[in-house]
Amino acid sequence: MRLVAEGLACRRGARQLFERLDFTLEAGRALIVTGPNGTGKSSLLRLLAGLAAPSAGKVRLEGAPEPEDFAEEVHYLGHLDAHKAALSAEESLAFWRAMLGRPAFAVDEALEAVGLGGLGRLPVAVLSAGQKRRLALARLLVSARPLWLLDEPTTALDVSAQARFGALARAHVEKGGLIVAATHAPLDFGPSQALDLDAWRPARPVAA
Amino acid sequence: MGGAFLALLRRDLRLAMRAGGGAGLGVVFFLAVVVITPFAIGPDLALLARIGPAILWIGALLASLIGLDRLFAADAEDGSLDVMSMLALPMELIAAAKGLAHWIATGLPLVIAAPVFSLLLNLEPASIGALTLTLLVGTPAITFLGLIGAAFASAFRRGGLLVAVLVMPLTIPVLIFAVAATGAAIGGTVPFGTPFRVLVGLSLAALVLGPIAAAAALRVTRD
Repeated sequence: MRLVAEGLACRRGARQLFERLDFTLEAGRALIVTGPNGTGKSSLLRLLAGLAAPSAGKVRLEGAPEPEDFAEEVHYLGHLDAHKAALSAEESLAFWRAMLGRPAFAVDEALEAVGLGGLGRLPVAVLSAGQKRRLALARLLVSARPLWLLDEPTTALDVSAQARFGALARAHVEKGGLIVAATHAPLDFGPSQALDLDAWRPARPVAA
Repeated sequence: MGGAFLALLRRDLRLAMRAGGGAGLGVVFFLAVVVITPFAIGPDLALLARIGPAILWIGALLASLIGLDRLFAADAEDGSLDVMSMLALPMELIAAAKGLAHWIATGLPLVIAAPVFSLLLNLEPASIGALTLTLLVGTPAITFLGLIGAAFASAFRRGGLLVAVLVMPLTIPVLIFAVAATGAAIGGTVPFGTPFRVLVGLSLAALVLGPIAAAAALRVTRD
């Protein structure tokens, strides 16, 4: 499996964030996207997830059943955790497990793996910011999807949770998965390549 | 795919039943409309019996719209809608599942409460039966037409008014034929079946077209 971006361009309002962006990511590798605030890291991830359309260029996931339309192969973890405050951690995770299909970890195992063992019955509303983030990361584990798109995955996580998540991500890459992560923190996801979006900023960011 | 549909239905029902979920809000609003009407109109029982079905239907229509503006907006705000758009389950069925859950939590209680509330407006037994039947068939149509407004409301802050403005005109035919069928049940020039069949047809069309239009609206409004 291989993620290929060709000539990607992204425009937000009148501002051109990046253009003619090419990269190829092989299975079993991670792409670490860096760059100052506002260079389009989150926008790039939304383009790759199919949640927004690029103003030019194409993205393919070669080896997927439908290389051009591969949303079902992707786990997207944005800034928002996609959990309901009124549900318990268990209910929320079980819901996503049923919705996402291709079940992998059981709910208990996933909660254990992100360090939320024993907290499953608590409503999401009473979890701390870091615990909510851990619960969001657990969503990646309950369904087997090869491409992980992670937007600042370690926000609000303490040092041990960051290390724990690093290990989970490395395991995913080792099994032939792909990760594209936007981050400011140094992350070790195993064999990886870097993409500095600052270098792709167009000379004239505002369209004439 | 069926599992995902049921999982979404179960989650939305569970959310509706929990504190702050909004199930039961519609019935309280419905009750308020029905209780206030006799005070406003005065103690004319014959008049109440004549306009009762219309009052009940207006109350049910407005009560059905309560909470619709948050139906997709809540999922858009916490990121759930992004994840939902990347499933094997198509957006049309996601909209249908959410609509069905909303109807069970908001519309069905109205149908169950209607026979009791009808007594407050001095309706005859035949009229009560016909009214309950039209509500059972008509309120799903209101909810599923409302999905379209709900989908647009998710893209705009304060979309509540938008739902009323967009959806209300679409629900007028349902209202007309539902009240006409109730009137026909207690005597009139046409039999009950004639307007009732039109109502059933409108409802079936809304059940199919509502989710399709809502899914299209969700795709268009996503950036």
